[in-house]
Amino acid sequence: MTTANVFFWFVAGLLPLSAMAFLFASKKAEKLEVQFGRLQSRPGFFGWYAVIKLASPALLVGLVCSILNMIGWIHVPGEMLLATAFALGAGSLWLGLKQVKHDFRARQPVEKTMQTMLFIAAIISILTTVGIVFSVLFESIRFFNIVPLWDFLTGTTWNPDTAFLIGSGMAEGGAVPEFGSLPIFAGTFMITIIAMMVAVPVGLFSAIYMSEYASDGLRTALKPTLEILAGIPTVVYGFFAAITISPLVVNIAESFGLHADFTNALAPGLIMGIMIIPFISSLSDDVIRAVPQPMRDASLALGMTRSETIRHIVLPAALPGIVAAFLLAMSRAIGETMIVVMAAGLRPNLTANPLEGVTTVTVKIVEALTGDQEFDSAFTLAAFALGLVLLVITLCLNIASSIVVRKFRQRYE
Amino acid sequence: MNITPRLKRRYRADRRFKFYGMAAIAFALSFLAFFFIDIIGKAMPAFEQAYIEVPVTYSAAVKDNYNKAIPREYRYLVSKSYLRTLPYELEAHPELLGKTKQRWALASHRVDQYIKGHQGHGLKKKYRSHVTAMYDDGHIEMRFNARFFSHGDSKMAENAGILAAAIGSILVLLITIAVAVPIGVMTAVYLEEFAPDNRFTQAIEVNINNLAAIPSILYGLLGLAIFINVMGVPRSSALAGGLTLALMTLPVIIISTRAALRSVPESIRDAAYGLGASNLQVVMHHVLPLAFPGILTGSIIGLAQAMGETAPLLIVGMMAYIPEAPGSILDATTVLPAQVYTWSSESIRAFEERTAAGILVLLTVLLSLNGFAVWLRSRTQKTW
Amino acid sequence: MTTAKNFSIQNVNLWYGESQALYDVNIDLKCGKVTAFIGPSGCGKSTLLRCLNRMNDRIPACRTEGEVILDDKNIYDADVDVVQLRAKVGMVFQKPNPFPKTIYENIVYAPRIHGLVQSMSDCDVLVEKSLTHAGLWNEVKDKLQQPGTALSGGQQQRLCIARTIAVQPEIILMDEPCSALDPIATAKIEELIDELKTEYTIVIVTHSMQQAARVSDHTAFFYMGKLIEQGDTQDIFTKPKKKQTEDYITGRFG
Repeated sequence: MTTANVFFWFVAGLLPLSAMAFLFASKKAEKLEVQFGRLQSRPGFFGWYAVIKLASPALLVGLVCSILNMIGWIHVPGEMLLATAFALGAGSLWLGLKQVKHDFRARQPVEKTMQTMLFIAAIISILTTVGIVFSVLFESIRFFNIVPLWDFLTGTTWNPDTAFLIGSGMAEGGAVPEFGSLPIFAGTFMITIIAMMVAVPVGLFSAIYMSEYASDGLRTALKPTLEILAGIPTVVYGFFAAITISPLVVNIAESFGLHADFTNALAPGLIMGIMIIPFISSLSDDVIRAVPQPMRDASLALGMTRSETIRHIVLPAALPGIVAAFLLAMSRAIGETMIVVMAAGLRPNLTANPLEGVTTVTVKIVEALTGDQEFDSAFTLAAFALGLVLLVITLCLNIASSIVVRKFRQRYE
Repeated sequence: MNITPRLKRRYRADRRFKFYGMAAIAFALSFLAFFFIDIIGKAMPAFEQAYIEVPVTYSAAVKDNYNKAIPREYRYLVSKSYLRTLPYELEAHPELLGKTKQRWALASHRVDQYIKGHQGHGLKKKYRSHVTAMYDDGHIEMRFNARFFSHGDSKMAENAGILAAAIGSILVLLITIAVAVPIGVMTAVYLEEFAPDNRFTQAIEVNINNLAAIPSILYGLLGLAIFINVMGVPRSSALAGGLTLALMTLPVIIISTRAALRSVPESIRDAAYGLGASNLQVVMHHVLPLAFPGILTGSIIGLAQAMGETAPLLIVGMMAYIPEAPGSILDATTVLPAQVYTWSSESIRAFEERTAAGILVLLTVLLSLNGFAVWLRSRTQKTW
Repeated sequence: MTTAKNFSIQNVNLWYGESQALYDVNIDLKCGKVTAFIGPSGCGKSTLLRCLNRMNDRIPACRTEGEVILDDKNIYDADVDVVQLRAKVGMVFQKPNPFPKTIYENIVYAPRIHGLVQSMSDCDVLVEKSLTHAGLWNEVKDKLQQPGTALSGGQQQRLCIARTIAVQPEIILMDEPCSALDPIATAKIEELIDELKTEYTIVIVTHSMQQAARVSDHTAFFYMGKLIEQGDTQDIFTKPKKKQTEDYITGRFG
């Protein structure tokens, strides 16, 4: 029996059994109600009580067996698993049905179970974080056992191919793999900076126009329209950057007598900038509108023009929120993958020229994990180390932005 | 003292400032227009496909070598995917043996691209005048490209379609819905309605906000390390992709559900408690139904985001060449965005327009989903 | 200090979208005096006040007809510059609204942009003069670099008055300036109004009839967007001509 089959029969068995258990118990409770008058709990609660009695031991058996299987201690055959689970469930159900009496309080255990389930759901979000942190951390530690952290962070040459060759026993004598990530981070930051140079002025001025100049009707039309920009899948942007924008950049550069690579940093940077415009414009629009109206009135009543009021009074007041929006947009740009995978280069390149090809952290992660390398090679482990740095950077940016936002809220609420 | 001398300059600055705002909006909107025109322009040719009328000879040799079925000068012009079907046709209809028939066949992508007048069509010089003549005589026809919707991926550009990827996307999305929506809603209900206000609850809240900002590719690393390497979920499967996307969508659903729950006024809870309802009954019978439109809106937006996501799926291996729709959630699967990505890296010209067409399909679905969510929100927005 | 030659409201009608808020209002505002607008909430007194420096321009749905004559010129004429108008007609708001800047910056912000001060020493002189005028100098002279929002409510309102007079207006409009303040702070503001009226024409909206009686020379009573009665404060409060005025000031409604 395959895992899928076991799973199928488990669910296919449990659902009708549960329905039966529910009917049995609630019908019995209804009869009791006729006999003894209104019970402490509604009959439905008796039904759910029976379902819980049936399902919890069965689910427990299923869970324990699958974990055992996963760890590889014992392999429990599918038939045996199903049989044990349903036998235990049935036994427990029988005991449960016997408890259905007129003075039995079914509601409390049912509500308790529901609350526990809700709590477990909430725990999953914590587990996700823990999972992300650990999955990158463990592999990174293995990587840093091979390559010292300092060399990784400060080295200027990224040349892991030799590691792959050594791994496959084909290395030429003396070739040492190098994992200096500096050029990769330099590429990431260059593209991020280009993106911010597009997104900050456009996003901020759009926000100012929407919140201060546009009528309500225009604003309610403009805001979702701009938000389309953030809803376009990144793979689409990547295609657009690679097929339309990159050649455009090359042609324009040529007309100025400059040489540009087809994998230049400018094209993905520009497109990424456009992608993050809504992050800046929508958030800034919200905070600008949160600046109290009397503040503007005071300035206007002193004979200030609209733009002077915005520049000197409204923007300084909204600054923390705007900064938070910048930080969030920046973390979005740093972690963006598809645009750079499709439009930026593969070759790590330490340069300040945006017309040259550069590569980024996310490109290298994708490259390392979608190739045919063994999972344990230093090359694939390097992807997790890069992921760890990416995680740390984006978390720092996010925490910084939430602190700034909290400061802003405290000021006006 | 007088303020007049400065006024002219101040008004100029004022007009300039407003102009910057309008220019920013105009820039964003014109990009959007340029983008859609460009994509649609690139995609439209893909919905037409050249068909060619050729004499097909059903000789006995065709059973072993399908190339022998048509005269040499046409062989290069007809799609291999058509020729491959000939031996099967002969098997099914033995009466055809020895006959020669005029048949409309799928043309090769080179012919198709040449007739569309695209650069890089790749049609050899010696065939060009021949093809032009056939087109003028009506032996080559442009027809609606139904194959694009009825076939999966193919190495032959003229035969490639999005069906397998679309089914894969639906499968992955179903798994995402099945996992993310219940867990997300339950988490939100717990945090809004049951959780005590202590440090642990605050930790969960901070954590959820952070999860929403983590780059999607890191969810791919999580999926690879936990689901595939530890739990043994098959690589490239819809299950691996769906679970990964579910975790990614979870914070979006939690955050929007909490907002929806919070917008249900306290007075309704008070009223239900006043009638002797228990905590659970209040939530199940009163709060959740009232918050339902908000929850639905948030879930749709989250799922639309998941549907367009590519990066984490590449990491869990969903970029394989998948010509057939997957049979189960454990089979190797591809999804629409991943299909777009694999096509975009093909060098054959005909794949470029198929990439754009795939994008157009994807965008249509996503924008309608988002539009539906916005409509739903505006329609059900209640002021208490 | 120059003060306005004449200031009058002639046949002013005002609409918010479809609903009319003011009906044919005619008032001759006495220059160098304090005029009080009184009436129940929603009677249009604040709306009328905001017409006087065209603050209503900010509300898109708001439409004004009629004339407001200031120094022989209708302020609603097309060639009138709102910036100049507002520099000439200052305004103090219901809730103290200092800018989130230092006390010093609150005062010099507008004069600097208007070009009324050139040098640092000009600024220092202006700050001291304005704050002294507003009766706040002794309280804040040691903390000019602290944020204006850190002051108490009454001090904030006096800072707003100082900020307004720093632009050297001819007229000061006050929109219920004491409604958010405690009685002691209110008394201080009223004292200040008494001093300021020697130099400025003041128009004050108030919901407190005692305040109107204490600080104003003239009083106009509004009800449902219409001017019911105007005249010397003394006369309005002791021998009102209209029944509605009498009912209102004796507290029978409002």
